[in-house]
Amino acid sequence: MIQKLPAKKMVVTGDYAAAYGALLCDVDVVAAYPITPQTLIVEEFSTFVNDGITDAEFIMVESEHSAMSACIAAQAAGARTFTATSSQGLALMHEMLFVASGLRLPIVMPVVNRTLAAPIGIWCEHNDSMPQRDAGWIQMACEDNQEVLDMILMAYKIGENKNVLLPVMPCLDAFILSHTVEPVEAPSSDEALDFVGKYEPIAVLDPDKPMAIGTFTPPEYIQELRYQTHMAMRNAKKVIENVTKEFASKFGRNYHGLIEEYKCDDADVVLITVGTVTGTAREVVDELRQKGKKVGLIKLRFYRPFPDEEIRKIAENVDAIGVYDRAISYGSGGPLFIETRHALYGLDKPILNFLAGLGGRDVVKGDVEKMFEILLKAKEEKPKEEIYWINTRGVKI
Amino acid sequence: MNIKDLPEEENYFTPGHTACAGCAAPAIVRNMMKIFGKDTIVYTPANCLLVFSGTYPHLAWKVPYLHEAFENTGACISGVARAYRKKGRKVLVVGFAGDGGTYDIGIQALSGAAERNEDAIYVCYDNEAYMNTGIQRSGATPYGASTTTTPAGKKIKGKLEHKKDMAEIMRAHEIPYVATLSISHPKDFLEKVKKAKEMEGFRYLHVLSPCPTGWRFDPSKTIEMARKAVDSGMWTLYEAEYGEITNIYKPKKKIPVAEYIKGQGRFRHFTEEMIQELQKWVDRKWKRLYGEEP
Repeated sequence: MIQKLPAKKMVVTGDYAAAYGALLCDVDVVAAYPITPQTLIVEEFSTFVNDGITDAEFIMVESEHSAMSACIAAQAAGARTFTATSSQGLALMHEMLFVASGLRLPIVMPVVNRTLAAPIGIWCEHNDSMPQRDAGWIQMACEDNQEVLDMILMAYKIGENKNVLLPVMPCLDAFILSHTVEPVEAPSSDEALDFVGKYEPIAVLDPDKPMAIGTFTPPEYIQELRYQTHMAMRNAKKVIENVTKEFASKFGRNYHGLIEEYKCDDADVVLITVGTVTGTAREVVDELRQKGKKVGLIKLRFYRPFPDEEIRKIAENVDAIGVYDRAISYGSGGPLFIETRHALYGLDKPILNFLAGLGGRDVVKGDVEKMFEILLKAKEEKPKEEIYWINTRGVKI
Repeated sequence: MNIKDLPEEENYFTPGHTACAGCAAPAIVRNMMKIFGKDTIVYTPANCLLVFSGTYPHLAWKVPYLHEAFENTGACISGVARAYRKKGRKVLVVGFAGDGGTYDIGIQALSGAAERNEDAIYVCYDNEAYMNTGIQRSGATPYGASTTTTPAGKKIKGKLEHKKDMAEIMRAHEIPYVATLSISHPKDFLEKVKKAKEMEGFRYLHVLSPCPTGWRFDPSKTIEMARKAVDSGMWTLYEAEYGEITNIYKPKKKIPVAEYIKGQGRFRHFTEEMIQELQKWVDRKWKRLYGEEP
């Protein structure tokens, strides 16, 4: 159990918000390995343990592969578990991500999005989490530190829902959130636990009721399991809607489910953003609106399950759609662009992709203005290109 | 502790599994499980045991059983042990890994769990190659042995390197208990298992597991192979507590390795020089462990 903690206003980093969120959820077992820029999460959590604020078991493993392996094992033994990672560490875990979802264990793991080598760097890029798309994890992106803390609470509630039972990966941008302090409101531990509830696993390793978890399985049985996991991910859409609503009514902060619309109602063009760029884009939308440009914004909160119908509903009423990506699938386009085009199949209007901020390069207001400028032009005449590399040396737009 | 003291009925690892005839692993696991008892949670990584102990919906285990992947036995037994420590309930957590999952791909997670002194038992059943995938060499394969990746070819005859001394690596971790075991010495085997069960912290049990399929010997000779391994010094039985050897078995009559390798197809191509090279390795190990010339 955790000590009783009062509701409070804090000025903290995104990493602290993640660690504090896990503390509020009274996790039983944490297994983690340090990697920049996730390190503050494990450091903060160790402090909670060593100061006696929680009696959680903290396994300081020798690698991220072991971190995920130990979390899976502990969760299979009935514990609520937590870990966190970044970049190379997430790539090293890749194999085990499939085991967590395959065994339907709702582990929560914030990923601090950091560029994946080569070349090695420590700054923000989404090419670590997005390649994990097909691992069966619910994946979402945070805009600010408040959302990081809130999302940890919601992650447990969504993942542990009996119609879902999937692991959840809340993502936060390296340094822009992980190491930047912002005001964050935290609920009391009683309020948080009342919201999250108790973890009640269906299958547990228990000598009084022996069962095998993760057996060698022939083709006669696997395909149905794949179908069930697929349906669980589809079920998650409704659960996410409900959990965000419940969160809003309880704590007063409304995240609007899978996406958040911003001035989309009468918009001619909309831009889909993910992560911290959303804050910058909001300002640009306000400024362009003042100039009479009918622009709108879709803040994408979830990558899996992908809000396909939700985006399509908005896209049907606009003239052009732009998708911002902070990762690239070489030779194709940004991962979110690919998803969006798939969701908008058959819709005869420009769908454009804007790549910016790769490797951690700052994405500034001018960059977002450029995106809207291209979108507004596309509304008038059919664009020649689909993919635009913003602020990239050697690339003319 | 004697073999007669073992409960006859209480099998937590039951018949009906699909191991090869003469495989030592089921005998190792079944007898260990009789001592470990009901309140045990088992992890196996990818290995022969995973496959022959149960292909869904069949299962030979009567205790809770988990599999995740290949290289992570140390981490998985840590996870289960910590979850139960948090619950405040005493259970015995045991991992059964093969030599590939221990010497090679699993050594990192094993070393980490040992260094953290996790409250669990790690069993390595060592059949000296990747038998599950079809007899490829591992860090446990002895010098000269022919495997499917170190075949006795025209130019290169078998594995060029000697077996890694895994038990010594584990002893260097200064964990509460390290023991090497052989099914040819059942009294010693059972006493060590019982001792391990009664201790706390990280315990490492390493059993030689003769494999008729991979070593290419008559399946009726499994126990004989294990005994000859001990008598030749190819396999040394000892116990170590917190890094100190506390008990070591010395064969009454040491036999030459030439006698051990006889009857094993994997050594059939051995020349006199190769026998001498293997004998030299045994003699070096002997001197190191017993502190005297062989």
